[in-house]
Amino acid sequence: MSNQKEDSKYSNQGIRTHQLVKAGLPRRRAKENRFKAYGLICIVAGLGFLVILFGNIISHAWSAFEQTYIALDVTFDESIIDPEGRHDLETLTTADYPALLKKSMSALFPEVKERQQKRSLNGILSSGAPYELQRFLQQHPALLGKTERVWLPVDDDVDMLVKSQIDRTVGEADRRLKDFQIAWIDKLIADGRLEKRFNKQFFASGDSREPELAGIRGALMGSLFTLLVTAVLSLPVGVASAIYLEEFAPSNRWTDIIEVNINNLAAVPSIVFGLLGLAVFINFFGLPRSSPLVGGLVLTLMTLPVIIIAGRSALKSVPPSIREAALGIGASQMQTVFHHVLPLAMPGMLTGAIIGMARALGESAPLLMIGMVAFIVDVPGSLTEPSTVLPVQIYLWADSSERGFVERTSAAILVLLAFLITMNGLAIYLRKRYERRW
Amino acid sequence: MRQPENIPIPASFSRDQLQTVGDIFVENPRIQCRNVDVYYGEKHAIQDVNLDVGRNEVIALIGPSGCGKSTFLRCLNRMNDTILGCRVNGEIKLDGLDIYADGLDVVTLRAQVGMVFQKPNPFPKSIFENVAYGPRIHGLASDKFELEEIVEKSLRRAGLWDEIKDYLRHPGTGLSGGQQQRLCIARTIAVNPEVILMDEPCSALDPIATAKIEQLIDDLREDYTIAIVTHSMQQAARVSQRTAYFHLGKVIEVGDTALIFTNPRHQLTEDYITGRFG
Repeated sequence: MSNQKEDSKYSNQGIRTHQLVKAGLPRRRAKENRFKAYGLICIVAGLGFLVILFGNIISHAWSAFEQTYIALDVTFDESIIDPEGRHDLETLTTADYPALLKKSMSALFPEVKERQQKRSLNGILSSGAPYELQRFLQQHPALLGKTERVWLPVDDDVDMLVKSQIDRTVGEADRRLKDFQIAWIDKLIADGRLEKRFNKQFFASGDSREPELAGIRGALMGSLFTLLVTAVLSLPVGVASAIYLEEFAPSNRWTDIIEVNINNLAAVPSIVFGLLGLAVFINFFGLPRSSPLVGGLVLTLMTLPVIIIAGRSALKSVPPSIREAALGIGASQMQTVFHHVLPLAMPGMLTGAIIGMARALGESAPLLMIGMVAFIVDVPGSLTEPSTVLPVQIYLWADSSERGFVERTSAAILVLLAFLITMNGLAIYLRKRYERRW
Repeated sequence: MRQPENIPIPASFSRDQLQTVGDIFVENPRIQCRNVDVYYGEKHAIQDVNLDVGRNEVIALIGPSGCGKSTFLRCLNRMNDTILGCRVNGEIKLDGLDIYADGLDVVTLRAQVGMVFQKPNPFPKSIFENVAYGPRIHGLASDKFELEEIVEKSLRRAGLWDEIKDYLRHPGTGLSGGQQQRLCIARTIAVNPEVILMDEPCSALDPIATAKIEQLIDDLREDYTIAIVTHSMQQAARVSQRTAYFHLGKVIEVGDTALIFTNPRHQLTEDYITGRFG
């Protein structure tokens, strides 16, 4: 009897539990679905902002990859280029190319006679056009004395007009180009003499005050050299420090102090590292200012803590059973670390390195302090030549008043992003190769 | 019972006190442990353990969880060195040589005293590399063919060769649990040790794999001395010749396995074996 009672009690309990669970189920499910929906909304919002950002940058940058060129029939008049008949390279470099261009322009618009007007007419051409012409002649010296059609860059204002970025409807006084200039340009377009072509200049030259002559190459090379120094210094030092601290260092007060300091260094504002670089590398050691060498050193200081911290946590996450296995068959500490622990920790360490290097690539504040913000026209060829870097170049162009720099700023951002993606892609490829986990 | 000189012998064999009863000593021992104490920081994990391990014998270390049997096992090849704050006092001799002597390199010790762990832990490399690693770092093979020979011999000895001979380049971690554990045993014997320590080698395995490992342990006894920690008393009874019962960091009873399981002398041993606790 009592047994039966107990049985029924238990079975009742079972049903009760079942009912309770069932009753609570919709609420649990709703909670779960709500959470999923929040997550989805966050991701969609994030993606939306990313699309807006990229859309904005790309739509602005697009036109910077094209530049308007003018077709000029230039007569390489020997009496202007080489009046003394010396026939050497020296004369080709020092010849009066602006005079050649003026003649060609006058030939296009013979009706322009007044001095002021003539100057405006020649202003259609970029101030870099004579150099382009010189380079062209040096490549084709046989053209001396002949007439040839040459494509030369036009001034940034003309370029902007062709790209419809100057509003023709506003009053003449509020416009960079006068009505008669616009008339000339329209005539040139009608003649098929103005054409938008791929902007080689942008990828081939350094900075310039003239938007149509300004290029990203100087900053790109500067970034490349700076990151090279950073990678060469911070990767070995960071990885070695992480391995030593995690695997070999005795744990005592000193290692505790070092650990705390490394963690603090990772949180130091980057501009402080710039001040440090200025005081130590430039003022004390006398290294050249504005150079990728000093920039790389400063960024190394900034990147090291990140790499060390990431490296240590990667080493920590290697299961102890692997260490025990190696030690158990008589591998020394060093063999254990280098044969077994490090290969397993490598992907994690590389991830830390990627994050650190990406941060270094996008950094501008500390580099301002060591003079990499200077206006540098030449493309750097070595680690000690003055140069600038991509983020600083973007900052400089964004600050310029010429309309032509607006699109170039966006284009430079695209180049920076492309650099970043290339670098990260390479690192991820390397990591995948290391990551041959079984 | 032989009683070597200058080795202290427990004064009395009282049933009630936590002092070792049974045959601590054996003829011509491989390992001698005298007055071994282990501390983890403040914790006194092992207290005054005296124990001999004979040649070509399997000794089973049994006892409830946390009794210090694994700690004791790890003292025998100094794996405890890697644990922070672990201190070992007393004397442990392998073939008459103190393994905690100052001049001794633990690398040579661990080549002599191999270890198999609770969870199979093959390296994330190929089967061949797993077995070849030990001989390679110790320089046991003069050329590639000799190395291959060692690998084959070790895998045969571990009873794994026929199953995996066509998959030597496959990852060791892709094997089943029992195969992985036998691979770990092959890896250990590839270094040709004198003693093999096994820390609950079958606790993560199913009964069939366990039976294979037990058979293997029995075979390996011909060439090696084996100390095995186990939670399974049936396993201890099946594979070992001698058994040591640990309780709260002390060896309570040592003796022939058959005797311990049929006729335990100490109350604690009897309670544990009959399943009253543990």
